[in-house]
Amino acid sequence: MSDNPFSLWVYLSQSPLLWLTVTLLTYVATDAVSLKTRRHPLANPVLHSLWIIGAFLLLTGTSYTTYFAGAQFVHFLLGPATVALAVPLYENRRRVAAAVLPMLVALAVGSLTAIVSVVLLARAFGLPRDIILSLSPKSVTAGVAMGISESLHADPSLTAVSVILTGIMGAIIVTPLMNFTGVTDFRGRGFAAGIAAHGIGTARAFQVDEVAGVFAGIAMSLNALVTSLLVPLAATYLLR
Amino acid sequence: MIASLSLILLCQLVGEVAVRALAVPVPGPVVGLVLLLLLLLARDRFPVLARGPLGDDGVESASRGMLANLSLLFIPAGVGVVQKLDVLAEHGIAILVILAVSVIVTLLATVATFVAASSLLSREEENP
Repeated sequence: MSDNPFSLWVYLSQSPLLWLTVTLLTYVATDAVSLKTRRHPLANPVLHSLWIIGAFLLLTGTSYTTYFAGAQFVHFLLGPATVALAVPLYENRRRVAAAVLPMLVALAVGSLTAIVSVVLLARAFGLPRDIILSLSPKSVTAGVAMGISESLHADPSLTAVSVILTGIMGAIIVTPLMNFTGVTDFRGRGFAAGIAAHGIGTARAFQVDEVAGVFAGIAMSLNALVTSLLVPLAATYLLR
Repeated sequence: MIASLSLILLCQLVGEVAVRALAVPVPGPVVGLVLLLLLLLARDRFPVLARGPLGDDGVESASRGMLANLSLLFIPAGVGVVQKLDVLAEHGIAILVILAVSVIVTLLATVATFVAASSLLSREEENP
């Protein structure tokens, strides 16, 4: 083995260890840059990790399946992290209880806007029907969106990509956009981030303000429920 | 640490089992979130529960640690973009524009509704 460095690469590139390590190291580096730039929106750690790891996979000719065999250990934690949102929710329960009604109204409007806007825009651009269906659940968290996409016989992996792209764009734009509108209510700012940009928006909200993060987490959870009910309806009425 | 993680996983497991048994279109982890919230609220009422992961900031600190690195968890799914380069080459610009416009419109509609509804409600509380 030692006389052929290539065989070491063959072994490593097929083992989950390498790709798990690559994922964690890339995140540590991009997150450090994000901290150094005082959480500048454009230093979004997800965005920069994606192109770095993506380029690495393409350069080494590694398939996504091989990569995911290692990265799945990280991916798995999406579920437990959703459960963990109970803790900030519990700690801010009084503030949340006081805002139940505005949240429900904003949830209905936001969830509907997210779906209808993407379907109408995609139709205007003349995209094929299966791509429109795959894009429609893009504002909910990856696992749920992929489930919706599957039940509509769309393309779950394209859905996952559009979910992540939506999340990254939302996380980048939310702070400048909200500063521009002059809204200083961090409950509303966070709630909007969670509706429009699910977990990546929530991660961003937690970086900016704890209250914003809590409201983003609630918005993301509620939107997962509402969107799984609304997208099949939208597919029926808007895409006949 | 391990006990706290186990409690979180247990909540998710019960959630997943419940949504499958009842065939409701709710994500399992969201039910798990509600369960953990109920446990934390129950602990305030019944101090007997304040032990193991529910005592001494156990499940709280484990959750905070996970949420502090929430961004990391989206990277594996996001790297899936390398599989979709053909679709993106064909429709990439349109998809990016559509998603960007949709996310901006959604952010604005949601925050405007939230702010309007909460100021409307607080005004009603002031002059009933």
